[in-house]
Parts: sequence; structure tokens; C-alpha cells
Amino acid sequence: MSNIANKRQTSGVDKILRVALYTVLLIMAAVYLLPFIVMLITSLKDVEEIRTGTLLSLPASLHFDAWAKAWSGACTGNSCGGISPYFLNSFQIVIPAVLISTLLGAINGYVISLWKFRGSDLFFAALLVGCFIPFQVILLPMARTLGLLGIANTTTGLVFVHVVYGVAFTTLFFRNFYQSIPSELVKAARLDGAGFFTIFYRIILPISTPIIVVTIIWQFTQIWNDFLFGVAFSGFDTQPVTVALNNLVNTSFGGKEYNVDMAAAIIAALPTLAVYVFAGKYFVRGLTAGAVKG
Amino acid sequence: MSTKTANSESQKTRAGRPARLSLADWMPKIVMAPTVIMTLVCIYGYMIWTAVLSFTNSRMLPSYKFVGLDQYERLFNNDRWMVALTNLGVFGSLFIGICLFLGVMLAIFLDQKIRAEGAIRTIYLYPMAISFIVTGTAWKWLLNPTNGLEKLIIDMGFEDFKFDWLINPDMVVYCLVIAAVWQASGFVMALFLAGLRGVDGDLIKAAHLDGASTFTTYRRIILPSLKPVFFSALVILSHIAIKSFDLVQALTNGGPGYASELPANFMYTYTFTRSQIGMGSASAMVMLGCVLAILVPYLYSELRGERHE
Amino acid sequence: MKKIAFGLTTVALSLAAATSHAGEVEVLHWWTSGGEAASINVLKQEMEAEGHTWKDFAVAGGGGESAMTVLKSRAIAGNPPSSAQIKGPTIQEWGDLGFLTNLDDVAKAGEWDVILPGVVSETMKYDGHYVAAPVNVHRVNWMWANPEVFRKSGAAIPTTWDQFIVEAKKIKAAGFTPLAHGGQAWQDATLFEAIALAKGARFYNSAFLGLSDKTLRSQDMIDVFTTFKQMREFVDDGFSGRDWNIATSMVINGNAAMQIMGDWAKGEFTAAGKKAGVDYVCYPAPGTSGAFTFNIDSLAMFKVEGKEKQAAQKDLARLILEPTFQETFNLNKGSIPARLNMPRDKFDSCAHSSMDAFLASSTTGKLVPSMAHGMAVNSMVQGAIVDVVTNFFNTPSMTPKEGVDKLARAVKASM
Repeated sequence: MSNIANKRQTSGVDKILRVALYTVLLIMAAVYLLPFIVMLITSLKDVEEIRTGTLLSLPASLHFDAWAKAWSGACTGNSCGGISPYFLNSFQIVIPAVLISTLLGAINGYVISLWKFRGSDLFFAALLVGCFIPFQVILLPMARTLGLLGIANTTTGLVFVHVVYGVAFTTLFFRNFYQSIPSELVKAARLDGAGFFTIFYRIILPISTPIIVVTIIWQFTQIWNDFLFGVAFSGFDTQPVTVALNNLVNTSFGGKEYNVDMAAAIIAALPTLAVYVFAGKYFVRGLTAGAVKG
Repeated sequence: MSTKTANSESQKTRAGRPARLSLADWMPKIVMAPTVIMTLVCIYGYMIWTAVLSFTNSRMLPSYKFVGLDQYERLFNNDRWMVALTNLGVFGSLFIGICLFLGVMLAIFLDQKIRAEGAIRTIYLYPMAISFIVTGTAWKWLLNPTNGLEKLIIDMGFEDFKFDWLINPDMVVYCLVIAAVWQASGFVMALFLAGLRGVDGDLIKAAHLDGASTFTTYRRIILPSLKPVFFSALVILSHIAIKSFDLVQALTNGGPGYASELPANFMYTYTFTRSQIGMGSASAMVMLGCVLAILVPYLYSELRGERHE
Repeated sequence: MKKIAFGLTTVALSLAAATSHAGEVEVLHWWTSGGEAASINVLKQEMEAEGHTWKDFAVAGGGGESAMTVLKSRAIAGNPPSSAQIKGPTIQEWGDLGFLTNLDDVAKAGEWDVILPGVVSETMKYDGHYVAAPVNVHRVNWMWANPEVFRKSGAAIPTTWDQFIVEAKKIKAAGFTPLAHGGQAWQDATLFEAIALAKGARFYNSAFLGLSDKTLRSQDMIDVFTTFKQMREFVDDGFSGRDWNIATSMVINGNAAMQIMGDWAKGEFTAAGKKAGVDYVCYPAPGTSGAFTFNIDSLAMFKVEGKEKQAAQKDLARLILEPTFQETFNLNKGSIPARLNMPRDKFDSCAHSSMDAFLASSTTGKLVPSMAHGMAVNSMVQGAIVDVVTNFFNTPSMTPKEGVDKLARAVKASM
């Protein structure tokens, strides 16, 4: 429908409209960027400048001390290693959790859309409820379960929790995507003697790239940004970066070092930001390909 | 799941071939099994357990001394809970409404063959990448009357400017709305943009041949065809609204007083710091009730829709 | 040569000590701000000197809210830390559930019954047995003031709340923030209980320990609420959600005149290199001289598996009560040692005055547990009171009468 605008661009009114359109878009962009810019500017100032200057006043000279401190020198309690060790913890949790939950979601979606059995739709409905359960509810029983499984306060335990509560969303995504695949495709393949996994591997997976990208981005963001599970289920040496960030901004020595807080906040957000900036295109493309249907 | 019926089902799908139990018949169920078990235990099992606890007088840790509906009665006599519930109503409806409006608007604007669309889209979308802990930290700083936006505008010369929502108990809930909208509206924009890109071009051409204006085309033809997207967005947004917890924790910590608390924070506080697991569980059940109220119509239309296909 | 040999022997001895019972302790706490972190670090070093491994599990924020979540989650998973920062009636709650380990042998060897004041040792015991080790005694009803600000605004240090209001107006007129305050529920409650204590220890105890409905609804309580609400105008606009130590730094930097806060605030003054009596002064909160609101921090010991871990845990309990630790820790933290008869020469004038008040008040009946810090009532009642207090403070339209009514009803509902 973009050609609508194109065709009529000749008239003067449309030109004005177009200028207005760009103005609105750019103003909105500025509004969206504002908090980030403020964070960035603040992180580059020294404490004195923050106190005397305004939000948007640029730093007189660039100070990267806050960044260095946030990364490797800021203290929480009596450990002064910044947030870098927790950064690694987060990756150790996020990578396996994203891969496992995506894989499970793909298989579930494949079954629910193309290998329906009695009760599979009902189960899907039941699973969807899992997307919505307020996570505070499950903290205590989950703690008990993790204890029984012997993986309490470990990285494995956190991966497990994230997989359990992520699989509802991943299944939803894949199911909606596979819904548009004609079931004849599977039938034909079965007549040719292909089995369950062969069809999945040979036919379904190759066309799933857009939705895999969407799911991975979604899961990566969700799990990376999780705070509640991180604080409740991690051990003292397996805390993810969000918990460390919260510790850091809630800890102050003498005065509040807003520049360090902001630098740490940006560092903690960098991986997900990078994913959105570099893979955002594929995200929207993947959504177009069917994730938002139904 | 009964094997017999499942079997007859597969007989139907494989018309013309003899019904025979093979590994392939079992495969779908086998691969689904882990998810089924996880769901049954970790979602439904825990929910039932929470429901049971909501009828007990559990305090510090779960106990099984039943007190009937006492906890629910206490809950609805609790000022703080009523504040949290009202806040959820205000926050939820404003958040969802504004996000949908902004999302649709920005998506339509972006869909007009905009130069640098990719860059602008990324700018709108990036807040979604950031955790609520970071969002809360940043907005707390922006909304703080002594060193945030208020000071900025006063320094620009508007000396009477006042923007103290963060410390005003009547207005603080709107601070939550601002931060949450900032975070999620770009994502809604992406959903709608994707939807717009999927609309059948012929439909639009036809409308144009009939002389419909751009505005009418959007209102009459394009937007109605995006109903499923509205639905997805609505579900995702209400799920964010009901679960909002981190944002409150980081932005206001429930304050001033408990004016900006949401049910998730209430439940958390009562269960973990107040040692009132019974009452916390009761509040969780009310929250689940809200979830189901949203979810049941959605699931109904979802599953019924399929039968029509 | 002799020296070297001696040195070698000590090395050998310490190595032997290290290998004989090298265990680990995991300590869950929320001592994360400057003075606090320095204080807990002392204990860590002493444990490491004994050859144990110290696993520091610090969870910051919200007066231990997150830390309590972690503790519950770990207890329910069957994997509690060796030791956690819990205190007051909460120790009894954990004891009821059977999670705490018996420290009687350590206590006997260290003569805890002799060296600890009665009010302290009672709190540390569950069912007559020691289950926790006290690290300090905080006095909560302190007022910290910046004399420079008082001089500049021509105000005098107030000794009653009525006078406070008069002086605060002068300070405000001079362009300073009279009261440094952070808008967090427990800080509101700290201020509130200081005002209530000015009505006398009997009133205080009847309201917050006895939870007497009559006292809660009395005219005195209405007065307390009235004064409390007046404090709102002496607070600056940015107070919402501010941490206590940021409020303290306002006094340190000369932006604000006073802060009503427990003596942990002194740790911040010390960390900033300020001298008591010179750069800042400490007075009992208006109208509460002679009274002492106590808040005892302690580490409770949980039942853990494994001989080494248990040995390390016992060593931790023992070290906490050693004079060396009590002295260093409390010098950093601003509090006074939990054990009696410690040398006082290293402590400053504020600490001396705290020690004297502690001993004096325990005979006059003016030694009261802090409600705001969970020493007086269990977490349910405390939560109910704090809710009303903070809501009242932040709702301009609520009258003291309404506040009192809400308080009485909330307390009743939570019992």
C-alpha cells in the first residue's frame, strides 16, 4: 500500500503532508531516544558535572572512568569486581536456555499444527495459560522442585526454569507459523515413506528460518532481562547481570555515582541492544512471515 | 490421552492406508511428552498448590491449616490491595490503549515509503530490548523533580514548570504508564508494521480504483483486516501489564507510600517479606482470575476459528 | 635464625589449622552500602585468616526484601546458606520452623550469657538455646545535624518536636532543606517512631509492643500523627525513593540540616572522613533523650550438612563475639558493640553517648525495641503499621484522625 503515497506525491498538499509525516516520525524518534541519550551522557560525565549540569548538557570532556568502574571495579558488598563476572553468568544461562526452549517450541509447534492428535489443541490452550501465569506465584514451589532435583542455586537450575516458562511462548510462535503450512505437504511426504523426524528436518526446518529468528530474539531478550528468577534461584556465584545491576544501583558509597549506575545499566543492556539493532530487520520480517497471525 | 481415539484419528488422516500402530504414530506424543509433563507440574500443579495455600493460614512457609475464605476476606479489606488493584486497572487500560494507538499510528506512518525506515524502526523498537530494571533506573532519574526533566525545563527559563508526578501519590501511576509505554509501544509498532506488509496489495488497488482516499482505505479496508494482529498485540500487552513487577520495583519501589503498587508487587511483598503466604496466595489467585478473564475469550475465538477453516 | 624458625613454625601451624578444619561459610546479607560493606569485610578477613572460605552472598535493596526472598527460596529448596542476616522476632519465626542450628557450645565457651546484656541475649535465643550471634546494637532514635547549616540559618538544635518545627522553618527560609529524608516506607516509619517515642516509653510500648487499641486511638497518637504530617513540608521534592545514605550525604554536603536516622548513618559520616562533634553533631531525636530505641543486627546460623561446614559455622559464631571483631565492625558501622565491658577509647563521642544511654535506659525502662526495624513485632504487624504510616505521610489529604483510625484497624486486622 506504500504506492498510494507515491502516486500522489505530485500535489502540493501531499508534499506538506509528507513534511509533517517526517516531522512527526523524527520527533517521536527523539522521544524514544531521549532516555538512552541521557543515560549515555550521564555515564560520560564525572560526578561533579552531574550535580551542577542539566540532563542534556554535554560533558566538558569525556570520562570513561565510570564505564571502567562499572565493568570491573564497582563494589557490591565486599566484592569489587564490577559487573563483568555476572555478564559471563548471564551468557551461561541464556545460551542453553534459548536453544533448548526454541528447539522444544519448534517440535511442539510442528506437532500441534501438523500432527494433530486428540487433545493436542486443548493442550495448546492449556499451555498458553502458562504464558500468563504471574511468575511470583511459582517461586516457592519451583524452589522446592529445584531442591528435589538437586539443581537448586545452580546455572542448570536457572536454565531449567527459563526453559519451563519459555516453552509456552516458543510453542505459540512456531504453532502460529506452521499453521499456514498446508497439511497436504506432510501427507505427501508420509506417502513417500518419510518419518516424523525426516519431515521435520528435511521439509519444515528449512522453511522455518524467519520464525526461528523471531523466537531466538524474543527468548534471548526475555531471559537476558529476567530479574525475578535470577534473584530467587541463583547461587552466590551464578547471579545473572540484571541482579548484579540491581545490587549495584542499590549500593552506594557516600554519594550516589549516577554515572557508574548508568554505565552499568548500558553495559547490562548491550547484548540485547545489539541483537535488536543488528537483527531487528529479521525480527520484523519474521513477524511478517506469520508469527503475529491468530 | 486415550490411545484408541488417537488411533482412529490417525486412521482418518491417513485415508486409504491400513491402520497400524507404528513408531511414527507415537512420535508426536513422545516428543510432546516433556512439555506436557513440565506444563502439568510446573504450571497446573503449582497453580493448584497456590489455590490450596490460599485457603490456609500459611505464614512464613507453607502450612496446611485450613481457614476457608478468610484470606480472601482479609485481602479485600486490605487498603493496600485495593490500591494495587485500582492501579492495575488504570495502568493496564492506559498502557494498552496508548501502546495500541501509538503502535498503529507509527506503523502506518512508517509504511509510507519512508527514507531510513530501518534506522527509525530500530529506534522505536530498541526500548523493548532493555530490561525493566534498566528502564526503571533511567526513568527514575528523568522523572525525579530535583535533577530530572523538571530541572531541565526550569533551567531553560520556565521557572514555574512543575513535573513532580513521581512523588505525587495521585499521579505516580502515570509515571509507570509513561515508562511502560516507552518500552513496549515500539514492539506494537513492529507487530502492526508486519501486519501491514502482509495485507494483500490487490485489495488496496481495488479500493483505489473505487476512488477511496488513503485515509478511508486504511480505516475501512486495511485496519479491519489486521484484526488478528490487534488480538496478538492485546494479548501480549495485557500479559505485560499483569506481570509488571520489575518496573515498579526499579522505578518507584511502590512508593510514595504504596501509591504505585501493582498486584504482582503486593503478592511478592506479602509472600516474601510479610510472611503471609496465605494472603499472598489469595492475591495470586485473584490475579490468575484476571488472566483467565482475558485468556478465555481469546482461546475460544482461537480454537473456534480453526474449526471453520 | 631463631626468628626464621619461629616464622616457619607459625606458617606450619597456620597451614595445619587451615587443613584441619578448612570449611566454607556462605553468608547472606544486605550490608552493601559503604560503612556496612567495610564492616562485614572485617569478618570475612578474620574467617579467611582462620583458613575458611567466605562466600559472600550480598543481595542489595529494599531493607533486605530481595535477600529475604532468596533466603526463603533457598530454605524451601533445602539448601539454606550457613548464615543469614536476620533479626528480632524473625529469628523466632525461623526457629519455629526448625531451620536454625544450636550454638550453645560456642556460647558456653565464650560465656555469652555473661558478656551479653539481657535484652540482647534474649533476642538471640530460640526456645532457650542460642541460634544467632549479635554483631552490634544500633540506636535508632538519633538526630544527625550539620552545625554549619544551623549557623548559617541562625537556628538552634531542637530538643522537642515543637521546637523542631520552629527551627526547621528558619532553616527552610535560609534556603536549606531542614530534614534530609528518603521516601521509603521504613524511613518514614523510623521518623514516625521517633516522634512517637517523644510521648514517652510507656506510650511507645503500649502502642507498638502491647498493640493496645486504646493507646493506638488515643489523643497522644493523634498528636503524633499531626507532628509527623508537619514533617512533610520540611522535606525536599526529590525525596521519593531516596536511599537513606543519600539523605545522609545531603547532611554531609551541607545541603540539608538534619536527619532522623539510626546510628548506621554515622558509618557514612566516617566513610566521608567527617569528625563527630566537628563536622557533624549527634543528638537524640527531639524529646527522646534518655530513651534508647534498639535495633540489633545478628547473623542467624542455619542447619547445614558436612562437618567442615559446621565447624566453619561455629568459628564464625565465635569470631563474631570476639572483642577484636566487635570493635572494628562497630567502629565502621557506627553502632555499639553487642557485648559489654569493651574498651571504649577508640569510639567517638556519639558512640560513648550511645553506650551510656544503653546502660542507663535499661534500668529506667526507657530501652525500647524499634518497631520500624522489626524488633518489636512480627513482620505481619510491622508491615501493617508501616503501611499506614507511609501512606499517611504521602497522602496530603488524610487527616491525623483518619490516620489513627486506619492504624488501629490495620493492627487489629493483622493480629
